[in-house]
Amino acid sequence: MANLHWLANPGRFLRISNAVVPYLAGLTVVLLAYGLWRGLTAPHDATQGAPATIMYMHVPSAIMSMTVYGGMAVASAVALIWKHPLADIAAKSSALIGAGFTATCLISGSMWGRPTWGTYWAWDARLTSELVLFFVYLGYIAIWQAIEDPQRAGRAAAILALAGSVNLPIIHYSVEWWNTLHQPAGLLQGKTDPVLAVPLLTLLAAFFCFYVTVLLLRMEREIVGRKIRQLRLLQAQA
Amino acid sequence: MTRKRQRMIFVLSGLGALGLATGLTLFALRDNLVFFYSPTQVVLREMPVENRNFRIGGLVEAGSLERVGADTIRFAVTDTANAVRVTYTGLVPNLFKEGQGVVAEGRLGTDGVFVASSILAKHDETYMPKEVMDALKAQGNWKGGD
Repeated sequence: MANLHWLANPGRFLRISNAVVPYLAGLTVVLLAYGLWRGLTAPHDATQGAPATIMYMHVPSAIMSMTVYGGMAVASAVALIWKHPLADIAAKSSALIGAGFTATCLISGSMWGRPTWGTYWAWDARLTSELVLFFVYLGYIAIWQAIEDPQRAGRAAAILALAGSVNLPIIHYSVEWWNTLHQPAGLLQGKTDPVLAVPLLTLLAAFFCFYVTVLLLRMEREIVGRKIRQLRLLQAQA
Repeated sequence: MTRKRQRMIFVLSGLGALGLATGLTLFALRDNLVFFYSPTQVVLREMPVENRNFRIGGLVEAGSLERVGADTIRFAVTDTANAVRVTYTGLVPNLFKEGQGVVAEGRLGTDGVFVASSILAKHDETYMPKEVMDALKAQGNWKGGD
């Protein structure tokens, strides 16, 4: 916890973040290029053929949609309990990125579903719970937009983020608890041949680096934005 | 008790209560949350009221697929324990074939044959290049359909 407190100083955070972002951005580009190259030159899946190539977009964005939400929920708990200013900012700055991953997951999944399943959409437990995740992200963003005072907005948004976290195990286990059209997870169970799994995991790493890079940039902007807001308030009072 | 500790207990108990409520709700709704019923459930008549549309899912039984007329097919859906015969008129997805997963929507006729109005293909979570699949088949280690 001592480390967290040390990092929780916004000024120190800004300095470290500024130094790290260029390297992270570079790493994202390298991983993305390598993963795409390996993925697009890999042989097609024997059963599904070319449409299964969409998994290089779909699987990493699906995993990231839940990872980002998990991080947002933890940051929200830390913000509620310990009142860390950075935790609040981290949660707020994550939401739009997570919503983007969720939208990518839903759209790419729809494009994959049409040629393989024979439909763009089905109301099965996996698809529906992922759609609910998207709406929770939108609701979280809407709260920040609707309430002007950052402290009150942060509290309301954090409570929504924590309440929405019950959806994460539902999304993950939906394919095991109920009969679904969506297939169960197989990547970490070794059911994906290494030729296809290596690019997939590389792209997952790329998506993760992308998330951290954009998160740091958005947090920097938020910190500066809040400083400006405070200065304006002081000026108005003077 | 410090304020932090109070807030932590509040957050944790809130999450616990919400999780419990969600769990109970999902448990109560479990019959409505399945996308399809298995052939065994259909044989035991565990699906919704008769004469209503529902979905049946399983594997297209090997050797059961036959064409009747121009675009009507007959096949059996199996979960290896039980099988239900299905008839369908229309286009099927590319993945549809014997040994492959399938979800059919329609209703059960009085003769026990399921009349499907739409067919979806289901695939599993194993992905591999054709060479690997061929090698597995040559070694006799292939467990999927043809």
